[in-house]
Amino acid sequence: MTDSKYFTTTKKGEIFELKAELNSDKKEKKKEAVKKVIASMTVGKDVSALFPDVVNCMQTDNLELKKLVYLYLMNYAKSQPDMAIMAVNTFVKDCEDPNPLIRALAVRTMGCIRVDKITEYLCEPLRKCLKDEDPYVRKTAAVCVAKLHDINAQLVEDQGFLDTLKDLISDSNPMVVANAVAALSEIAESHPNSNLLDLNPQSINKLLTALNECTEWGQIFILDCLANYAPRDDRESQSICERVTPRLSHANSAVVLSAVKVLMKFMEMLPKDLDYYGTLLKKLAPPLVTLLSAEPELQYVALRNINLIVQKRPEILKHEMKVFFVKYNDPIYVKLEKLDIMIRLASQANIAQVLAELKEYATEVDVDFVRKAVRAIGRCAIKVEQSAERCVSTLLDLIQTKVNYVVQEAIVVIKDIFRKYPNKYESVIATLCENLDSLDEPEARAAMIWIVGEYAERIDNADELLESFLEGFHDESTQVQLQLLTAIVKLFLKKPTETQELVQQVLSLATQDSDNPDLRDRGYIYWRLLSTDPVAAKEVVLAEKPLISEETDLIEPTLLEELICHIGTLASVYHKPPSAFVEGSRGVMHKRLPARTGSGESTESPDVGTIAGGSGTETAPSIIPSQGDLLGDLLNLDLAPPTTTGPPPPTSGMQMGGMDLLGGGLDSLMGDESEPLGGDIGGSAAMGAGFGAVPAVMPASLNAPMGGGLGDLFDLGGGVGMPLGAYIPPKTVWLPAMKAKGLEISGTFARRAGVIQMELTLTNKAMSVMTDFAIQFNRNSFGLAPAGPLQVLSPLSPNQTIEVSLPLSTVGPVMKMEPLNNLQVAVKNNIDVFYFSCQYPISMLFVEDGKMERQVFLATWKDIPNENESQFQIKDCHLNSDAASNKLQASNIFTIAKRTVEGQDMLYMSIKLSNGIWVLAELRVQTGNPNYTISVKCRAPEVSQCVFQCCEAVLKN
Amino acid sequence: MIGGLFIYNHKGEVLISRVYRDDIGATLSTSVDAFRVNVIHARQQVRSPVTNIARTSFFHVKRSNIWLAAVTKQNVNAAMVFEFLYKMCDVMAAYFGKISEENIKNNFVLIYELLDEILDFGYPQNSETGALKTFITQQGIKGQTKEEQSQITSQVTGQIGWRREGIKYRRNELFLDVLESVNLLMSPQGQVLSAHVSGRVVMKSYLSGMPECKFGMNDKIVIDKAGKGGVTDDVAKSTTGKQSIAIDDCTFNQCVRLSKFDSERSISFIPPDGEYELMRYRTTKDIILPFRVIPLVREVGRTKLEVKVVIKSNFKPSLLAQKIEVRIPTPLNTSGVQVICMKGKAKYKASENAIVWKIKRMAGMKESQISAEIELLPTNDKKKWARPPISMNFEVPFAPSGLKVRYLKVFESKLNYSDHDVIKWVRYIGRSGIYETRC
Repeated sequence: MTDSKYFTTTKKGEIFELKAELNSDKKEKKKEAVKKVIASMTVGKDVSALFPDVVNCMQTDNLELKKLVYLYLMNYAKSQPDMAIMAVNTFVKDCEDPNPLIRALAVRTMGCIRVDKITEYLCEPLRKCLKDEDPYVRKTAAVCVAKLHDINAQLVEDQGFLDTLKDLISDSNPMVVANAVAALSEIAESHPNSNLLDLNPQSINKLLTALNECTEWGQIFILDCLANYAPRDDRESQSICERVTPRLSHANSAVVLSAVKVLMKFMEMLPKDLDYYGTLLKKLAPPLVTLLSAEPELQYVALRNINLIVQKRPEILKHEMKVFFVKYNDPIYVKLEKLDIMIRLASQANIAQVLAELKEYATEVDVDFVRKAVRAIGRCAIKVEQSAERCVSTLLDLIQTKVNYVVQEAIVVIKDIFRKYPNKYESVIATLCENLDSLDEPEARAAMIWIVGEYAERIDNADELLESFLEGFHDESTQVQLQLLTAIVKLFLKKPTETQELVQQVLSLATQDSDNPDLRDRGYIYWRLLSTDPVAAKEVVLAEKPLISEETDLIEPTLLEELICHIGTLASVYHKPPSAFVEGSRGVMHKRLPARTGSGESTESPDVGTIAGGSGTETAPSIIPSQGDLLGDLLNLDLAPPTTTGPPPPTSGMQMGGMDLLGGGLDSLMGDESEPLGGDIGGSAAMGAGFGAVPAVMPASLNAPMGGGLGDLFDLGGGVGMPLGAYIPPKTVWLPAMKAKGLEISGTFARRAGVIQMELTLTNKAMSVMTDFAIQFNRNSFGLAPAGPLQVLSPLSPNQTIEVSLPLSTVGPVMKMEPLNNLQVAVKNNIDVFYFSCQYPISMLFVEDGKMERQVFLATWKDIPNENESQFQIKDCHLNSDAASNKLQASNIFTIAKRTVEGQDMLYMSIKLSNGIWVLAELRVQTGNPNYTISVKCRAPEVSQCVFQCCEAVLKN
Repeated sequence: MIGGLFIYNHKGEVLISRVYRDDIGATLSTSVDAFRVNVIHARQQVRSPVTNIARTSFFHVKRSNIWLAAVTKQNVNAAMVFEFLYKMCDVMAAYFGKISEENIKNNFVLIYELLDEILDFGYPQNSETGALKTFITQQGIKGQTKEEQSQITSQVTGQIGWRREGIKYRRNELFLDVLESVNLLMSPQGQVLSAHVSGRVVMKSYLSGMPECKFGMNDKIVIDKAGKGGVTDDVAKSTTGKQSIAIDDCTFNQCVRLSKFDSERSISFIPPDGEYELMRYRTTKDIILPFRVIPLVREVGRTKLEVKVVIKSNFKPSLLAQKIEVRIPTPLNTSGVQVICMKGKAKYKASENAIVWKIKRMAGMKESQISAEIELLPTNDKKKWARPPISMNFEVPFAPSGLKVRYLKVFESKLNYSDHDVIKWVRYIGRSGIYETRC
């Protein structure tokens, strides 16, 4: 029997004929007619006019015919809502049919008819079907709840279907469980705050049991749901991981990827020193590699996900480079993705192989692929220093092929290699210059111009070369124009005698003949610089540039974390959060990786490090890879007193000190970053608050300057001179190397001779030299600020450690922090800007003239209301009262009086903070009792806790 | 989840369209057209199997000249969608053979019925053909008894959805094929750049009842573990006479109890009836490369190329390789080719830009050679010829990974047949996957 004939009827009066056939008495004829109707429907013809006739065929015991009618109904019910009511009776009747297949069919179809009136009638049959004795009906009904929810969410809630659905999670049949999980997950997504899924250890256990028994699809639903669960501790997350790992051997790639998602997420919680953690890492690699032998479409999905996994945990696949080698017959989308991953995995160990491969690829046919391969060679050079020379020679070979797009791409990447390794490969410039004429893409032209400008002193005919570009100045793209301007200025500064005319020409082209504000402004800046102080101009324009860093195209860490939570889904394929491509409320919920428990990482700011600019695709600013560096450069310049003598337009708004520039710059820098973070991570959001605009996540009360209490008391005092011996806490690691691209910072605070000092140990654990260190604090409770620049004079070479002592002043901007003695710090170097926070002992701030007159003490003690008094216990302290008094005195905690009552020594003490706050304390020491009691009284009771902690630390050390 | 599913012919006409979600339904005709314009009629090669057009994502796979596209507006599980599309192709093929425009038109009612069953509101449901065939037939279901009905539903939803109860055979028989494809990428100098075997264990089981099967092979981990129980490795090896192989990774049919494999590394399962793929595996260590290709390409001036290729077979002399084919790519500007080969037949195929050399059979430890002179038309094309790799096809009667089946045991406690009564057939076939040598 063939059905294709139904597709061919296109006669006039067809509808009429069909109508007659539908009303025929013969069953066969009826069925034929319905088939024709469906065929017409499929090819897009409007057969809605036949609605009543088709619905009439519904009352049949022929299952095949019934299914066809239902199909028709699903398509047209919405356009004929009144007529659709006619079908209701049959549906309700079918839901009672003795045959479970028919009951399920009816409830399945009813859910697809999106007509309000019908929906009401659906409730009762659905309720019955949810409790049907047959699992096939129950699993269908479970999905039907989701359908109904999509039509009328309120109705589903009112009718209590959600509770019934929740009960189905404990159903005996695994498929019912799986469908109920799928339905609940979907409904929960549109109610982000409801506790619909209510995942708890018991329900998780049920899901894990069902996981072993249900179909491959059901396993996916369950795993995707599990991924949303937050285990309470590392042990629970380990036990879930153990039960999920067998899924990695499933033949269905989606099951594997969903299992990988669960594991990647829960692994975050496992302590890294755990044996199981290592085992798990090892178990992840083989299944990921196996995904690459699937069909190409799945390979693509897998590769996009592997790209994320490699960025998050490079260790998993570091030995698997070979499997990402491109095969000649791979579809282009697979080739491009493999190439990306190859670069990410490239390291010193495998670079020879990788380069050989890349060279092979650069001779292929597909233009995009070849370009990417060439670019990859450049990236290898930047990433693996040892390979740079080989990469450069490979690129030169490629330039010799004279294939236009290969040459252009090679020049763009060679420019980046120069930026990473200056003064090393300039011998190749001659070869590059030979190809000047063939460059027609702006990016390549700009790159070439940059090279000519940067190395003008070594290119004899640099002026001629640049002049040749100048002829068509107005036809060039902005990118090229900006670059040309800068290059000619550089040339002028290097060879002023011969190029005066040229530089005037370009300045006038840029400032007078151009509509582009960027170009004009840059033109004016150069003009002014050159005419004011050529020496300064030279220092500015020809200043040594920081080297570019290797990790230029990593996904921003918070986005990466979110994408890891979406492994296997479209978001992971697009590398975009769901909100970027899903309409409406669904899926906009941001997912996060769980925090590791029981480790001390919580106090550090997250690594928001990757703001380094793109791989030099911008124009002039491309010589400075990141905003942070730009600020650093400006900081080192002395822009301060500008003279307004020569330049044509009057200057205004130039009166900006270096510090201001940094402050303002950091404002925008921090502002930029805290936004995508969306307050996900406390530390950096608070940083944002400190430096820039006030983000909504900070409770308002903390942001407002402290009225009365603290604020008023701040005065800008700082003590002078006092003997040493104050307590200095040992150094702790504030910024681990892992979080700061190899820079490790540990430190402590000390008060020496009345000066507060931050003592830092900087260790370079990266492979490259670090330079251009600078430091900045966020506003803090006591106005701590660096009193001078961070004195790191020589570059910090790999594995080198230096000790730096940074004097601090207490005159910086003030904002109350939580805890009070919290200090948020930004340190930048040539690589990036890093953020961390640390807590300083408040004893730093105890000034040397903190000894109060007895009378004043008494009066003040009485004056401070009793509710401001706090009492603390200091345990296990074996000093007598005199020793304690001496020890405290060394830290500027002064004993004013001592009294002995009933064998108990009472020490009365006063402390003055750098901002003028007085703290009074009473220490009770009972001989023979190692536990002291200390009462602290202060007008600003917030500090009491800190003071107590200090006293305790001082006494115990 | 999946919002809709369309099947197009190569012209971009819709053959099947099924909408599951309202968000797709609203823009149905535009999305149908968008896919036609942007993907099927796109001029260039497909750049991605997932395309986002106007906030709607299209997943597509192509079978001969038929396009299957799943459409969604949500953040679906992408891997699942593709797996489903493949599964759907399998199901259709199992019902009516090749997926072609004609077959689809001939079976459109059936396809709608299947789509209704295997995808509910965009969620994939049981899609095992064995189960589906019990209640979705082209003949219509008649006269089912209550027992039959509940048997169907319990199978479709049950734990063992892939096998029905009450199967009976007079002769209990098992066919086991170890099918391997060996992949190689070799540098012109003969250095192995990458090599791996991807193998499949395909079974045909005709067994009565609900038998429990256990499958064992010379998996290194299992053998080593057994070896630890007193006998050392070497002794174990010498007594069994077999070497064990290191399996990088394996995946299993859903009938295999994964948790048992994870804990004990034993492969136990209740088999589906008929043909199915039990497992897939991948090995990279100690692979027997059945052939070695030694290329020699020399450019003589601008208009001539001399090519010499030697192939060497590298396995036991008693074994015979079959269907050997060596494909030597030629430049696009080839004008003429002269070929001389010692064995088999060689031909220049202009349409494929290659010299194809075919040898019917070749024993192990032999070698053969072809030499060709390729004349080129002079061109002013600056771009060099990309020199695609020389590829090879063959079939050998052994497993290049070294995998050996150690046992396959059948237990059926309820019926009166034992493991010994089952007739078992095992065969090994090694084929070339992507077997390339750069030149």
